[in-house]
Amino acid sequence: MSLLRSFADRDRVFDFLVPAVSPVDVRHGPILYLEDVTVSFDGFKAINNLNLTVDDGELRCIIGPNGAGKTTMMDIITGKTRPDSGSVWFGSRHDLLAMNEPEIASLGIGRKFQKPTVFEALSVFENLELAMAADKRILPTLTARMSGEIRDRIEEVLVTIGLVELHGRPAGILSHGQKQWLEIGMLLMQRPRLLLVDEPVAGMTEQEMARTAELLTGLAGKQSVVVVEHDMGFVRSIARQVTVLHQGSVLAEGSMDQVSNDPKVIEVYLGEEA
Amino acid sequence: MLASRFWLTRPFAERSTQLFLAVLLAAMTLVTLLHVAVPQGHALHVNAYTVNLFGKYLSYALLAVAVDLVWGYLGILSLGHGAFFALGGYAMGMYLMRQIGDRGVYGHPELPDFMVFLSWDSLPWYWAGFDMAWFAFLMVLLAPGALALVFGFLAFRSRVTGVYLSIITQALTFALMLAFFRNEMGFGGNNGLTDFRDILGFNLRSNETRLGLFLATGVALALGYLLCRAIVGSKLGRVCIATRDAEARTRFLGYRVERFQLFVFVVSAMLAGLAGALYVPQVGIINPSEFSPLFSIEIVLWVALGGRATLYGAVIGAILVNYAKTVFTGVMPDAWLFALGGLFVLVTVFLPRGVAGLLAYRLKRRRRPDDGGATGREVTP
Repeated sequence: MSLLRSFADRDRVFDFLVPAVSPVDVRHGPILYLEDVTVSFDGFKAINNLNLTVDDGELRCIIGPNGAGKTTMMDIITGKTRPDSGSVWFGSRHDLLAMNEPEIASLGIGRKFQKPTVFEALSVFENLELAMAADKRILPTLTARMSGEIRDRIEEVLVTIGLVELHGRPAGILSHGQKQWLEIGMLLMQRPRLLLVDEPVAGMTEQEMARTAELLTGLAGKQSVVVVEHDMGFVRSIARQVTVLHQGSVLAEGSMDQVSNDPKVIEVYLGEEA
Repeated sequence: MLASRFWLTRPFAERSTQLFLAVLLAAMTLVTLLHVAVPQGHALHVNAYTVNLFGKYLSYALLAVAVDLVWGYLGILSLGHGAFFALGGYAMGMYLMRQIGDRGVYGHPELPDFMVFLSWDSLPWYWAGFDMAWFAFLMVLLAPGALALVFGFLAFRSRVTGVYLSIITQALTFALMLAFFRNEMGFGGNNGLTDFRDILGFNLRSNETRLGLFLATGVALALGYLLCRAIVGSKLGRVCIATRDAEARTRFLGYRVERFQLFVFVVSAMLAGLAGALYVPQVGIINPSEFSPLFSIEIVLWVALGGRATLYGAVIGAILVNYAKTVFTGVMPDAWLFALGGLFVLVTVFLPRGVAGLLAYRLKRRRRPDDGGATGREVTP
């Protein structure tokens, strides 16, 4: 009888109705953990004994001269490239080296590529709708309905990326900067735990850069964000923690001031830029 | 978008669909009235030949809608949709052949004339069942659907797209044409199937049956159009557009792109088959020339002329070009191909989005004169 009553309880939530949450275990602090990772392409060591730890909710900037292995590092985390040795962990439970690209993506690692690719013929709203985490098989997609919940989620992301007014316009008319934000929004629709952002401000105007800095710092805390960037001014404006890569391994790590005063860093990177 | 809950009925809420259905219904009613109610000899009378001609145009229009579904929304330029059209037509033709019974020239109770002529003594196994209407009508959909399923599965799984896919579809229809030309195939060789008498017990040569076929084709066009609108208006339709414009990106979002392509391709092939099945009883013959690569290219021209990725543009294009063809081949038969080529050049230069693009532009100008930007989901070049 009490069992029957438990079914009638209006506040009862059945297990199968609870949305599956990303089971990433971050109780020990780091959300991303790379240890002694080495990759070589035809004998050239693109990544050489790389060690990197990113904490949950952190905003980390990765800088380094061309060929320092920044993009290769992203490829390893997303499963596109397999390292020759080393280990890569997401939280303390998931070994990323044992997973393929879609599995890693569904675990909650979102990656934004350098060149923005949005669906130009579709509206901003529809771009976000397609990016949303949902059942992506044929029949559920054919019969999918726009529920209030989905609409709220899309509107929430529209506010975050600052494209509310443009939601009905085709993505093709957006400026370069707006496309980048839309693309970040498409990543956010998948509720990622870790965002990998590759050169977000390349080709942006000053105002767009400031807006992007605001957006990325706003995301940190809720998500962990790893930004790979060339533009030192931009990095200075957002970073709390900076990692300098050089020849496939970590050269220096710390706050922007610490890093930019490090003689090794000045020699290999900042020296050339200044 | 929120108004209608069920995906299949969603198109009824769209203005363009309401307008399309209203125009189609009005045209069908008008032709019927002018044929039945206006006495023969009167200037406004529409004779049986013209009704038949309109029925043929409508079946072409359905075929064009099927092509626009895959070309306009999925970005797959199929130069072989004539193959699906012809397969549907052959399935219908086989049914009509079996309906002749012993009224053929040779009077054989079971075998069609061409088989008696080839001195075959029994029906090939694949002719079994075609004496039953339900089976034949099912095959009208299943035969093109199965071909599209196998072909599409292989092509999309190997990620063959763009110009390569177009060439393969062209090869597919050419191979089928050569196969159907052979007498040993059992489909009447180069003469095809003809000399039909009855459909579902109605005499095919009577005016009433012709009117009935015209109306049935109109209804099929309306239903096919609604189905396609429902598909392109759904989230699946947006996935299709996304695939058309940035396939790798769509895959990266987690959609199994090749399955979506296969699904839409098969639906389109079935619609093309249905169009073929409605075409055959109205023209009274089906032969391998329907498989000819040229015909498949012509279908694409209709869609391009009418306006890609609108569906109603495909209907306009199919009817306009075929009407022009009827007129031209009557007046100057030799000039038709030149006229078609010239028309195509003119449209690509002056109306890159086809007749439908011109209509949409006019309407938009009238409604919102100060709105400069593009809004629809037109094809990005």
